[in-house]
Amino acid sequence: MTEHHGQAQTDDSRASALKIGVLAVQGAFQEHARKLETLGADAVLVKRKQHLEGLDGLIIPGGESTSIGRLMREYDLVEPIRGLVGEGMPVFGTCAGMIVLANRIQGGEQPHLAVMDVEVNRNSFGRQRDSFETDLDIPAIGSPPFPAVFIRAPHITQMGEGVEVLATYDGRIVGVRQGHRLALSFHPELSEDNRLHQYFLDLVRNPRT
Amino acid sequence: MAKTGTDVVKRGMAQMQKGGVIMDVVTPEQAKIAEAAGACAVMALERVPADIRAAGGVARMADPTIIEAVMKAVSIPVMAKCRIGHIVEARILEALGVDYIDESEVLTPADDKFHINKREFTVPFVCGARDLGEALRRIAEGASMIRTKGEAGTGNIIEAVKHLRTLQGQIRKVQNMSEDELVAEAKNLGAPYELLLEVHRTGRLPVVNFAAGGVATPADAALMMQLGADGVFVGSGIFKSENPEKFARAIVQATTHYQDYELLAELSKGLGTPMKGIDVATLREEERLAVRGW
Repeated sequence: MTEHHGQAQTDDSRASALKIGVLAVQGAFQEHARKLETLGADAVLVKRKQHLEGLDGLIIPGGESTSIGRLMREYDLVEPIRGLVGEGMPVFGTCAGMIVLANRIQGGEQPHLAVMDVEVNRNSFGRQRDSFETDLDIPAIGSPPFPAVFIRAPHITQMGEGVEVLATYDGRIVGVRQGHRLALSFHPELSEDNRLHQYFLDLVRNPRT
Repeated sequence: MAKTGTDVVKRGMAQMQKGGVIMDVVTPEQAKIAEAAGACAVMALERVPADIRAAGGVARMADPTIIEAVMKAVSIPVMAKCRIGHIVEARILEALGVDYIDESEVLTPADDKFHINKREFTVPFVCGARDLGEALRRIAEGASMIRTKGEAGTGNIIEAVKHLRTLQGQIRKVQNMSEDELVAEAKNLGAPYELLLEVHRTGRLPVVNFAAGGVATPADAALMMQLGADGVFVGSGIFKSENPEKFARAIVQATTHYQDYELLAELSKGLGTPMKGIDVATLREEERLAVRGW
């Protein structure tokens, strides 16, 4: 993984590797970066806006959405990321990342990137003692079910047209896709299963599938 | 079937805190300042460690009224401390719904032999450690997160550096050992063999490790990150400083951008007076908090 982008690509075999940014201001960004490298992509830790150059896609990790939002604002990352997503750069948010992507957040927290037409409810499954693991059916990746880890997880309460449900749990929407934008309530970066990261990389290679 | 309280869920909660700052607060107003500054969690207390030192006497779990008020005030996770070995204080905190319990040497220990069997709980625990053996003993008891102890309430980083360097050095040594040497090293460190084997194979602790006990400035926080901490706890350093809001924001940013020296220079400007602090060498043995726990 590279701390800073723009290093010379001397190895031909890496030239075709996807370059995926992981927003690295707070949260479980290393876990995402490790997944990406396992799947043959280059992971770039994004702390400042200059790290956004030349990315094929961006992951917003789990963490605390208020911390992540605060640090994005302090370092002028909000507008550049919104711009890139508006131009079609694929983006993938997990847990706090889902909150960061949402247009609307219940309970007074100001929206952060506001690039997905969904409304989220923060900590909708309760406090930490209610956090859980479960096997989740996700038709988009087929069987077997995905071992999903929910930690103080949000869920989606409303969504606009053009947003597709990828997964539900206990009657609540916990996974959505809106074109090149993907958001999950849970933490695929904490599971051994790589299928959801692979799904995102496939989406990056071919955003219209 | 949903499973709560698993290792993945409890340790995962700490993974979400990484790269962040956990701040000690004693009122809902302080908790809001911490949240607005970008803290990834708050520790709800009746007194910060510097005041616990000053007050003397027996330091116990905080009044649940304070903890509940803090939980109502913020949406970020709320942690609270119980005394070492005090199973009932821990159960009370779990019943209140705190997100993490710190079985902490900052409070007066309740048991001089045994720490809490943390595996029995659904809520995750963080525990202090001064070295790898202590960290792995706590993990064996079910701790889902470790913090190097430092010396709380001093505003002096020297013990935090010592404990983190000790831990990191021991991890590197274990990683480079032959497997033949690990049983003897487990005995030497007083660490469970299976956990030591895991450290040998992965080159890191099986859980997240934050630095604590003496962080008073943005530079202190960045130092701990450079030495390999996953994040920092700041106790007295924020609300015992002249300008808590500024210190809180600067420490959060310094923790994220710990290798950006020009930025750290900016963040360090005009903060006002940090907490006064104590030279650790002047503390009598019985005044040292880090030696509590075994």
